[in-house]
Amino acid sequence: MLTVDALKNYGADTATGLMRCMGNEALYLRLAGSMMTEQGFNRFQAAYEAGDGEAAYSEIHALKGALGNLSITPLYDKACEINERLRADKSADYSELMNEFTSLKEEFFKLCE
Amino acid sequence: MEHYRETSGRKRRVLIVDDERINCEILGNILYERYEVLYASDGQEAYDILESTHPGISLVLLDLRMPRMDGFGLINKIRSNNRLRSIPVIVMTSEADAEVKSINLGAADFITKPYDMPEVILARCERIIELSEDKTIISSAEKDQLTGLYSRDFFYEYIKQIETYNRDIRMDAVVFNIDHFHLTNEMYGRKTGDNVLKGLAGVLMNIFEDVAGIGCRAEADMFYVYCQHQFSYDNIMERIQNNLPELSEKAKIRVRMGVYPNVDKDIEVESWFDRAKLACDRIRGDYTKTMSTYSSELYERSVYHEELINEIDEAIQNKDLVVFYQPKFGIQGDKPVLRSAEALIRWKHPKRGMISPGDFIPLFEGNGLIQKLDNYVWEEAAHQIRKWREKYGRAIPVSVNVSRIDIYDPALENKLLRLTETYDITAGELMLEITESAYADNADTLVRVVDNLRNHGFKIEMDDFGSGYSSLNMLTTITIDVIKIDMKFIRNMLKDEKSLRMVKLIIDIAKFLDVPIVAEGVEDEAQLKVLKKMGCDIIQGFYFSKPVPADEFEKFIEEEI
Repeated sequence: MLTVDALKNYGADTATGLMRCMGNEALYLRLAGSMMTEQGFNRFQAAYEAGDGEAAYSEIHALKGALGNLSITPLYDKACEINERLRADKSADYSELMNEFTSLKEEFFKLCE
Repeated sequence: MEHYRETSGRKRRVLIVDDERINCEILGNILYERYEVLYASDGQEAYDILESTHPGISLVLLDLRMPRMDGFGLINKIRSNNRLRSIPVIVMTSEADAEVKSINLGAADFITKPYDMPEVILARCERIIELSEDKTIISSAEKDQLTGLYSRDFFYEYIKQIETYNRDIRMDAVVFNIDHFHLTNEMYGRKTGDNVLKGLAGVLMNIFEDVAGIGCRAEADMFYVYCQHQFSYDNIMERIQNNLPELSEKAKIRVRMGVYPNVDKDIEVESWFDRAKLACDRIRGDYTKTMSTYSSELYERSVYHEELINEIDEAIQNKDLVVFYQPKFGIQGDKPVLRSAEALIRWKHPKRGMISPGDFIPLFEGNGLIQKLDNYVWEEAAHQIRKWREKYGRAIPVSVNVSRIDIYDPALENKLLRLTETYDITAGELMLEITESAYADNADTLVRVVDNLRNHGFKIEMDDFGSGYSSLNMLTTITIDVIKIDMKFIRNMLKDEKSLRMVKLIIDIAKFLDVPIVAEGVEDEAQLKVLKKMGCDIIQGFYFSKPVPADEFEKFIEEEI
């Protein structure tokens, strides 16, 4: 069960996230929790594994937008790094960033369970 | 009389276009209290919604990266659609270079991702909607300089905008007009006139403020008001009337009002005021009424009139307009003798059947088309005079109507002379009937025109003598060849002693001037006998014959051969 405190401990900027949800905590937690089922993560993973930089860029860009609006800061920051690298060069190697992203994602998903 | 935007009932519509559901939900949550929020997940879906939503979308919040049609594609498509191009678009982006590109394409503003504070987003949306709505109505001059009321174009635009969000509220269109305002200007000077207009504008604003009205000066002395539906305007009119004496110390101001109540929102705004104006025009010149309400009969009548106006040329060309002739008989001998005829127009409409002259003559007199009709009748009559002379070797003079407007036609003389030449008839065979209204209008012109025509040999008949106040006056300055007594006197003379005496008096005047007198509208023998005894020379009326087609008229000629 996701809580604001758990998100805060994870490093999320919950104050800003809540502000964007007009202080509606239920909405904020529901949206944050729903990230777990966000298909974009799977599509991003697949594009990475297939070495499709174009598709990966598109997916991480979309994920970055949602993560940013919810202020899930650690994952958002990492998504920004990957986004920047791919934006400059679609065939860039970002495996190291990908590993960090994946572990941050898994840590976040645990909070959501 | 302002501030509809704040009080309007319906929420404006905002379309969020983003394929990321979390963004959509956050943004929707920020906007839904103030706006009706619609969603699309790509450019194509958004475009379909924009095309099919009425009233339209007030603002588009657009993500740039989307499947199918992306944000740039959608902006391009909106800009190339005339109906949609004025809808403002706010681009949502996290990339600075995309901002430049969207500004060049005509985006109104940006929202950065991640989103700013909700208050900032709301303020931006509100500002952009307001700017865009103002832009559409500001293109016309907003205010009338003299009165401070809205200009007509602005007024219409404003109403259209109000209507987009208040379609369910019942509204009225009201028109005000000052009677004979040009006289106020002429008699008391333009400054007085201007002050009256300013004063009336102030009175209207003041009174209509109470019923959420907005007003404009539509033209010279014509004011339009758009306000919430009123069950009755008695109170409002009374308040206006009470204020009128204040408007000018010198001029007495009279205001007419036409109302089109509970306007039909399916027709154009301009038409609402046309209808109110129609009601207002109907009581022009009627000093017993200050208010008139639009009705569908009134509308149908105006449509009917419009159709007649459009059809007149065709009717002349197809000879659906037919000249009938009513005989005039001399009665002073032992038995009546055919003396002449009066040409009267009839309209045999191919679809409507016979149209009464009462339906179209006053209409054409009012709009000047009577001139066309008169010219046509003159030509037909001249031709007929010639035909009868050829057939019977006898001249039957025919009287034709010369309307007020013909008197001012500089070509009048030439037109008539050309007819006498073309058909080889004498000027005296075409008798010209004029009424005193032409004299009342402009005596000098009439005197000059009549003198010229008489010098060419045309005979002038004074029609409807006694019906107006300047008949006698006219006789002192214009030489007349025939006097026709107004048929109202004839009709009443055996029922009412005063009419009888009036007929006697008119006959005496004619004798004094030594001109023949014609009695029109004679219906029975009793009237004929009385007129004969009083010394009336010529009789026209149903007693002898109604107006008949030329071929039927011939029996009267043949009887005398």
